[in-house]
Parts: sequence; C-alpha cells; structure tokens
Amino acid sequence: MESYEHSVLLDRQKCTGCTTCLHHCPTEAIRIINGHAVISQNRCIDCGECIRRCPHNAKRAVSSPLEAMDRFRYKIALPAPSLYGQFNNMDDVDYILNGLLRLGFDDVFEVSKAAELVTAYTRQYMKAENLPVPLISSACPVILRLISLMYPMLEDNVLHLLPPMEVAAQLARERALKQHPELKPEDIGVCFISPCPSKVSYVRNNFGGYKSQVDEVVAMNDIYFRLLDIMKREDKMLSLSDSGMSGISWAESGGESTALLNEGYLAADGIDNVCKVLEEIDNGTIQHVSFVELNACPAGCVGGVLTVQNPYIAKARLRSIGRYLPLALNFPPAGTDGIPKQYLFGDMPSYIPAARLSESYIESIRMMGEIERLRSTLPGIDCGACGAPTCRAHAEDAVRQGIKTVSCPLQQTGQREEKP
Amino acid sequence: MPEPLVFHFDVDGNDFTSAGTASVTVKKNLRQLGLPSEVIKKLSIAMYEGEINMVIHADGGTADVIVGESYIDIILADHGPGIPNVELAMQEGYSTATAQIHSLGFGAGMGLPNMKRYSDEMTIDTRLNEGTTVKMRIYL
Repeated sequence: MESYEHSVLLDRQKCTGCTTCLHHCPTEAIRIINGHAVISQNRCIDCGECIRRCPHNAKRAVSSPLEAMDRFRYKIALPAPSLYGQFNNMDDVDYILNGLLRLGFDDVFEVSKAAELVTAYTRQYMKAENLPVPLISSACPVILRLISLMYPMLEDNVLHLLPPMEVAAQLARERALKQHPELKPEDIGVCFISPCPSKVSYVRNNFGGYKSQVDEVVAMNDIYFRLLDIMKREDKMLSLSDSGMSGISWAESGGESTALLNEGYLAADGIDNVCKVLEEIDNGTIQHVSFVELNACPAGCVGGVLTVQNPYIAKARLRSIGRYLPLALNFPPAGTDGIPKQYLFGDMPSYIPAARLSESYIESIRMMGEIERLRSTLPGIDCGACGAPTCRAHAEDAVRQGIKTVSCPLQQTGQREEKP
Repeated sequence: MPEPLVFHFDVDGNDFTSAGTASVTVKKNLRQLGLPSEVIKKLSIAMYEGEINMVIHADGGTADVIVGESYIDIILADHGPGIPNVELAMQEGYSTATAQIHSLGFGAGMGLPNMKRYSDEMTIDTRLNEGTTVKMRIYL
C-alpha cells in the first residue's frame, strides 16, 4: 500500500483552495490544508472526479508521453474503443488504426476485439453454479478500488475476469511473437490509449496480484491532435479493423451488459449513481438482476477525463460507426471449453477498509459518540471552509487525531452562532 | 463501556423517494464501528423495511437506533392508523398497500415478516388510530 502510485496530481500553483473538489470526492479523500487541496493516498481511488470538477485546472492525470514507447523494438498500440467516438465525420475505424501505424506503431490491436472475447467468457462464467448474485463487472478499475475501500463485503460479487485491456495486451503479444519469430518478449512494448487516469495506476501498480501486460498508458487527449493530423493525410488504408458492434459498444455505459444478451442486467454510470447501486446490492434490495455493470464516469468510458469529446456526442458517433457492423467478430477458439486461466485474476487491490474507526469495538463506540458530540456543535452546512468536506468529516478528523474541540471558521468570524 | 450511541431520525412521510435514507446513514456509521457485515446487513434490511412501512402506512414517524456493547436496538414509532390484526399483518404476502404503492414496486407484504426474520427479537405495540411502535433487537 505505501508504494502505491496514484495517477491524480495537484498543481499547487493553480489550486486556489476553492473546495469544489472537496465536495465531489466520492471517498472524502481530499482536505484543504494551508489553502491547497491535499489528496489522501490511502483513500484516493483514481476516479478523476476532482480533475473533472476543478474549475482552475489544478488537478491533472499522470500518464506517459508517446516517446516512452521508443525504448521498444516493436511497438503495439491498444486503442480503447472510446477513441473511435472522438472524431468528427469519421465513419470507418480503419482511419484511426492506420493513423496509429503512421504515428510509429508497428501493430495495432483493438481493445474492442478483446472485449468481445471477455463477453463470451463472461457468459461461460455465469453458467457456473452457486455464483454470488449479482455479479459485478471488473472492467472499470475505479469500481474495483471503490469496492475494496468502501464496500469490501461485495468483493466476492466481482467477476474475476481480467478487463479487455489486459486480454488485448496478452493477445497482442502472442500475435507479435508468432508473426515475428525474431522478436524476444522484452522487445515488445504494449501501449494502451486511455480515456481515464485509473488505467494508468492500474498498470503501474500490478493490480492485486496480477502483473499488467501493458507497458505504457498514453492519454487519449495527448495523442488526439497528432493523430488527427496524420489521419487527414491518409489515402491508402490497410484493412485492420476487426471488431463488431458489441465490442465497440463497451465504450459506453450499458455496452458491456447488453452484449451479454442476458435479460437480468443493470448498468449504472457516474460515481454517485454507482455508490447508490452498491448500497442497494448490499441491502439485497435489487431483484432479478444477475449482472451489474458499473462505470465511474458519466456515460461510461466515453466520459473519461482524458477524452476530448463530449461523452454524449461520442456515444452518438459510436452508434453510427457500429450500425452496419456485425454484432461480434471475435469468439473463443473453436473446440475450446472453459475460460483460459491467464484471463482470470486472483486478488482484489489491497486497501485498508476506510470506514473503521478503531480495531476495538468499544473504542469505536466511544469515538463515534465523540464525533456525534462534536458534530452537533457545528453549523451542519458542510461549507468546506475548515478544509473538510462535511461538518461530520471535520469532527471525525478531530477525533481520529485525538483533538477534543473543533474550530469552525464560520463560528469564529461570527457568521454562524456557536452551538452549545 | 462508554455511553450507548443513539442515532435519531425523522422519517418524512410525504417523500417516498427519500425513504430508506436513515438506514443508509446508520449503515455507514455501523461500518465505522467495524461490525461484521452480516450484522449490518440484517440491521439495515430490518430498518429499511420499517422505514418504508412508516412511509406507506403511517405518514412517517421516528427511528431511533441504539448501539450498545452486546446488542443494537431499533425503535420505530409512528402516529399512524395502527395495525388492526397483527397476526394477519405478520403473514407473508399480506398487504393493505394501495395499487399506487404496488405500482412503485412496494407492498409485497414482506415488510413485517422481513423485520422479524432479520432481527433477533421484535415486539409490536399498536393502538388503533393512535400509532404503532416496533422494537427490534439484534444481538452482536
């Protein structure tokens, strides 16, 4: 945990301490200290919500420059399907894939291809008996972190299939070694073109016990204009695109679950909605749903903070690209049964569940009593002026630090009366 | 043992969409105490059902959760019409909810039976036209 590398950073020069991010962080990981936002590394789940909300562009995502791929002899691009929705008047995915080759990649492997396989394997996975109900998709890394941190009781519900990006990386490496026997495994570099920062930390932190097969994650908005330039000059194209409508539709919320062709599914997007659904699952109040697809970003991956286009416009474009495509073009090899072991993962990411006040139940009761007492003296308007997102969080911070009183800036300046 | 923790909630009878918010808040607090998830689940289902009942039948009421060393009590009190026949109301599938409530996906007649199932002890004190108080206890 200590060495966990997050992908959301703060530019202190730009941060005004305005409290916007404070109010939108789903795990209350941010405090304003000495006029600047400070992100708690133990609580951050890399959702990018603070990047999305910051009015001063003071938050940014860490990702690799394209040049980071130069160290590899053979470079493979893995475009996320959300990339296809970023361009105007683009009716053929081959424009983009050929553009990536021109940009210096030796091969392109569509993540949407692997998505179609993951769909097929998910169907197989769901045939097993005694599965937890409902199963929760593992495709969005933010959701896995959120579950580990805030909903550890739902860890068993997570589908332990690797996300399409990882399956694509494995298949792309296999293909390269087969087509180019002269290559050694270490000659091959795999580069994911990402709509969101969470994939960056997923790849850099060897998620759970799994060592990622992706070498670098490049931001979609970093590569966008270079790609746009090159695509325009394209006249002769190689026919590279090899995925159907269902693989491409993974870029939007509902795409993964509709591809299953299964009746009992639910798809929620946007981190607040996701939290509500997780609460309902924990309550056991969701009925007749066997599969739950959750995306941290509004509208799904097209809503990632590293995309260029408005997510709803991107969605509309994906629809028109997918309209005349077959449902799917990629299936598990004929004659095979079962899910290959290398597409499954074992452990969930290790977070210390955020909630717990103390190891001792009795001590926790005492602390919570103290939190409630302190909270009742505060105005309860959750203004964030003290640096904590809510009055409750301010009281909790104090109790966790062993401080007996709380100071409220509004009460000090006389704008709110002190409560007894 | 420190003072037992008491959480008090007013359950708004007019607002169907916000019904269940008290049980969510309680759940978050109980997680912070490090209680096992089975206990939290039992308690939140029992409480959620009770909250919904008060919204459907009694125009709201109050919910108190008392967290002690070895048990948790939930006390739900309303000033609604009372339950004419408790035995009947305890039967699974029996419901007096209106068609409109049914159309919202509630009124399956599982409220009180679930409250009993998910608590270790339950008592119902009800008086016609005066109100109902349900006490549930879950041992830790």
